[in-house]
Amino acid sequence: MLLHIMVNLNSKILLKANNITKKFGNFVANNSIDLEIKKGEIHALLGENGAGKSTLVKMFYGLLLPDEGEIFLNEKAVSITNPKLARYFGIGMVFQHFSLFPALTVTENILISLDKNFSKKELENKISDISKKWGLSIKPSKKVNELSVGEQQRVEIIRCLLQNPKILIMDEPTSVLSPQEIKNLFKVLKNLSNSGCSILYISHKLNEIKEIAKTVTILKTGQVIDTLDTKNVSTKILAEKMVGKKVVKLKTKRSFTKTKQKVALLVNNLSRTKKNLFGVSLNNINIFLNYGEILGIAGIAGNGQVELMEALSGETTGIKEEIMFEGKPIGDCKIDFRRRLGMEFVPEERNNHATVSDFKLNENTFLTFFGRYNINESFIKKMMTSANYSYEDSIEIIKKNDVRCPHENPMAKQLSGGNLQKFIIGRSFQSNPKLVIISQPTWGVDIGAATSIRQQIINLSQNQKAIILISQDLDEIFELSDKISVISNGHLSKIKNKQNISPTEVGLLMGKN
Amino acid sequence: MFIFTPRQIENNNWVIISPLISVIFTIIIGAFIFKILNYPVLESLYQVFVSPFSRPDRIADIFVKACPLIIIGIGLIFCFRANIWNIGAEGQFIFGTLCAGSFALLFPDNENKFILVLMFFVGFLGGAIWGSIPAILKIKLNVNEILVSLMLVYIAMLFIDYIVRGPLRDPMSFGFPLSKPYPDGAIISKIHFPGIGFLGQLHYGILSIFVLAPLAWFLINRTLPGFQIKVFGSAPKASNFAGFNKNKITFVVLALSGGMAGIAGVIEVSANMGKLQPEVSFGYGFTAIIVAFLGRLNPYGVIFAGVIIATAKLGADNAQMILGIPKVVTGIFEGVLLFFLLAGETIQNYKISFKRKT
Repeated sequence: MLLHIMVNLNSKILLKANNITKKFGNFVANNSIDLEIKKGEIHALLGENGAGKSTLVKMFYGLLLPDEGEIFLNEKAVSITNPKLARYFGIGMVFQHFSLFPALTVTENILISLDKNFSKKELENKISDISKKWGLSIKPSKKVNELSVGEQQRVEIIRCLLQNPKILIMDEPTSVLSPQEIKNLFKVLKNLSNSGCSILYISHKLNEIKEIAKTVTILKTGQVIDTLDTKNVSTKILAEKMVGKKVVKLKTKRSFTKTKQKVALLVNNLSRTKKNLFGVSLNNINIFLNYGEILGIAGIAGNGQVELMEALSGETTGIKEEIMFEGKPIGDCKIDFRRRLGMEFVPEERNNHATVSDFKLNENTFLTFFGRYNINESFIKKMMTSANYSYEDSIEIIKKNDVRCPHENPMAKQLSGGNLQKFIIGRSFQSNPKLVIISQPTWGVDIGAATSIRQQIINLSQNQKAIILISQDLDEIFELSDKISVISNGHLSKIKNKQNISPTEVGLLMGKN
Repeated sequence: MFIFTPRQIENNNWVIISPLISVIFTIIIGAFIFKILNYPVLESLYQVFVSPFSRPDRIADIFVKACPLIIIGIGLIFCFRANIWNIGAEGQFIFGTLCAGSFALLFPDNENKFILVLMFFVGFLGGAIWGSIPAILKIKLNVNEILVSLMLVYIAMLFIDYIVRGPLRDPMSFGFPLSKPYPDGAIISKIHFPGIGFLGQLHYGILSIFVLAPLAWFLINRTLPGFQIKVFGSAPKASNFAGFNKNKITFVVLALSGGMAGIAGVIEVSANMGKLQPEVSFGYGFTAIIVAFLGRLNPYGVIFAGVIIATAKLGADNAQMILGIPKVVTGIFEGVLLFFLLAGETIQNYKISFKRKT
């Protein structure tokens, strides 16, 4: 009898999403998504960046409202308009980035976030109870800034558990944890699931999903690709489903002359420790790049791309021999010095990094061109250079790259994302560089602009320039690159020729822990 | 809940109109305050805002009062453009003055005006040293410059107090904490207009404004360091991407604004006091912060802003003398004005809508 009830309970559907659609302007983030989470089940949500995972769970937690479709809780249609209501319905969420006050104790942090009122003593006891019950060892009186990342996450989990949730949403919970901490977390999650609490587990790490989840739903470009039982599926198939079948089509035939290959860039065992909690440490990165080649570096965002870009560009500097450009050690040289040697950089963030949003385009040209004017003049003359010098270059960049401006010399923030990116890339090509390192060039750019940006990159490499393309868009990587490598958790995989690596393989490397 | 959405199109005219509206609103609020305090409203407003313009010598005095505010304000532009918060111009003013004054007192019988040039130099250096302390602490130890620069104000105040009561006290001062008078050469003389004579306290130091403001404008808009300061202030990451040295920028702007405050001190004391005393500044360094913002961080704007604030200060003096209105009302006016300025700037940059909390 009891067993029968248990089985019944287990098969009961706790949360159901029916035909959910969410649009942001013209962009469809979620396209008629169906999802069922059973009671006590650990359900994984897998997908690349931008697949729509976060959008979906934000709707479950009341941070966003669906445009179409319904959410059912225990077979009753509910409208979750805010997180407080979500918590009332028994939905808890642990975010990737914690929201804790470092100067307050664990108890105090939990106290200020609770919907119910507790006395401090009462709450402290409750925290101890929960931490004992679920093996989430934590000292309630400790200040948060004395806790490790794993412990901070436990605080967040306890905060959710205090509300007796029926379902717990975990957004990329392991991205900041050490392997030991991951083990502990998994134990806790399994215990929770055994006690009847469902868990919706968002991740792009394939092994983890196989280890912890019972069911996995794969999202791609806002649509459900498949829902599978993890027991019957290999990580290889998961990877394939996640990245999809990649159709490789070249818009321009690349005539590749193998005759005059010269080494452009050599990176030897480049390592950097992370600057903050949510940064990524770089580990023994090795790169070898010839002129006329495009090296594509794939990877899910937040795996060290930003740090790698900073190290290669010279925004952060290190040991001299780590980076050799044309045989010259430049690892300790700053970005403006590297520019003078013929390197150019296009960082991922367009606003207030690659450009100053409030500045006009000629001033933004001057931002990277200032070293070029009055180069052989006296110190005084050099100091007297101003953005007025860069009008002509600026106009040329705008013309050459078809940057569409509302008027002749607009501010950077007045351009659309695609046009600003065309300007930034055009600016880096304007100086006829030998090596260009580009990060996420078509991220958030419309298709027309993306195509012309890719064409620009191909044209540049035709002129025997060396290019590193850091991108999370696998189509783009396969379309443009000669060599491919994958960055994952600060490690760069071995560089392979495009012919020798398949999209599935890349997907597997991307999902490696 | 208020929702702020950034405005897309900026109308440049508002950069000038919005401070003017702020001044008008301040006058309206001022009228209310006078009403509540039971003073005759129109008469009070006349004394505060109009009477300073009623005679040529009074107009001249506005410029005398505005002079230190403008010079300090011009210096502060560099800091605020770089998003470095130098709150301690008052201390830099005092320390610069103290250095220059002590230097002048080394040559008690000097009658050569050349010593003024040296005093400007020493005053600039003194202010720059005082300003570079928060810079160095920020660079080396990442200490907040707001706290350090502010606390150094009080150190400078107590230091000059000690000096004029101790080492530099004039034995002939009948026990007052005053230094000996400056030598004749170290005095900035009043301007004598042929046929008219002196106009209030108007002195040659005023002329420095018309050198310093264009110079500052040129530095900000036509030089590489000026560009670096602006980039660093509006987008530190872009500044790093360009390859600018943020420590250098931090040091230069703090030292430069400190030096300018020092120069303001030299002019103020050499023209109006002629000796060191415990109080050489009357909050000029703090008021100049408002002046800098009221002038939209533009050197020419700062000249206008300095004149407006100086008018209010002199007007409050008049109001006190004639109507017995406490002088602290200027403080209220400054506060209200700053409030409207910031509000104006916010409204200019953001569209504000109200939504009931769900």
